[in-house]
Amino acid sequence: MSEIITRRKFIVGAAAATLLAGCDTHPIKSFLGAMQHWNEKFEGFVFSPNRLAPELPASDATLESAFPSYFISDTIPTVPANWTLSVGGMVEREMVLTLDQLQKMTRTDLRVRHHCVEGWSAVASWHGVRVSEIAKLARLKPGVKYVEFNSFDEDYFSSWDLGSAMHPQTLLAYGMNGHPLGSGHGAPLRVYSAVKLGYKMCKYLTEVNFLPNKTGGYWEDQGYDWFGGV
Amino acid sequence: MPASRDPAFKGRREQPLPIRIVHWCNALFLLLMAGSGLQILVAYPSLGPRGAQYRWYPFQGTPPPSWMRLGGWLGGGRQWHFAIAWFFVLNGIFYLAYFFLSDEWRRRMFRPWRDTSGAVAQFLYYLRIRKMPPPADFYNGLQRLAYSSVIIFGLLMVLSGLAIYKPVQLHFLTLLFGGYDGARVVHLAGLCLFAMFLVTHLVLVSMHPREIVNMITGGRRE
Repeated sequence: MSEIITRRKFIVGAAAATLLAGCDTHPIKSFLGAMQHWNEKFEGFVFSPNRLAPELPASDATLESAFPSYFISDTIPTVPANWTLSVGGMVEREMVLTLDQLQKMTRTDLRVRHHCVEGWSAVASWHGVRVSEIAKLARLKPGVKYVEFNSFDEDYFSSWDLGSAMHPQTLLAYGMNGHPLGSGHGAPLRVYSAVKLGYKMCKYLTEVNFLPNKTGGYWEDQGYDWFGGV
Repeated sequence: MPASRDPAFKGRREQPLPIRIVHWCNALFLLLMAGSGLQILVAYPSLGPRGAQYRWYPFQGTPPPSWMRLGGWLGGGRQWHFAIAWFFVLNGIFYLAYFFLSDEWRRRMFRPWRDTSGAVAQFLYYLRIRKMPPPADFYNGLQRLAYSSVIIFGLLMVLSGLAIYKPVQLHFLTLLFGGYDGARVVHLAGLCLFAMFLVTHLVLVSMHPREIVNMITGGRRE
């Protein structure tokens, strides 16, 4: 008898759960999805390609040991031997660049506030090559609307709107606080930008692809907003 | 002229339909915003930038309890927060438009020269220092003060929220709050003010249950 009640209870419970999942979770999920899509449009609308984040004085810098390092691998990703950066997609001139070649290009220095999706902020100075500089060398074909950054930190990647990637404060950074990029901060090369949240700034770079279509990203595919602008 | 004898309100209910709708929508939106906001706070339950967290904040590193949160994780909390924010703002705009276009502001808005003495007297009455409540006209001075200041809290929440959401694109707004980390302080303080308002509001309306009925049925006509 008690077994039957237990089973009945189980069936009723399962039915209720299915009902809830059917009429409750799904509409809410699609509502949140639709709103996220709307917010993405809004973020693109609010973004101004010419607005610069204020450059900060050295006295604002965060102690480097207090600046969180970030990677998704279990241990700090190690730089592959003969590391190079591939620049591809819809470009006139595909490129494979060594760190040495990148360091010989026009260098840009930046000290701005870093905004993490988690809510913390920190300040460091970064130096490297503007993504727009790379685009100029590669010569974008018409129809490029997005830029995808890939890494050797497992399958971490992120795709960006072209406007934010071409922003003068968006770099492929090989240095932090005046020294070469540390292994915890994306060595040898990472994206650093004043106009995006931290999760958009792909570290441990391997590839930059200029694309006509939008791809997602490691966090973006799990529910963080794709635009992720600040 | 006392609002109760103001011809503008003749035939109008104590709580007109637009106000009732906005009130209950607002109650729902505020709960959703608070729950999702606290879920976002869990990811970095501290105030002040990395390496220079504010010493005066007593809850550094203490996440809010899980029963208060909405969204399950940071990404879910953000989806809820940025979805409901639109409805919260639209509801607020609709309310303010009605508030001023319908003349409701005349019997609801706190006006210092009219309401200060009444508000103080009402406060003393609640503290049992004063025996009798001061004469009230539609709302007493303290109600006007509370319901008017909560509008300012709402405005503060929207502006400080925008300052956190777009600290570069809305750089001047963020600067107004003392920067990104200052805006987070204001945003969390605003939540505390809302929570204090809610507790007081619930205690007082439970002492005057007629007001709860009015907010559902509209109450009698003037």
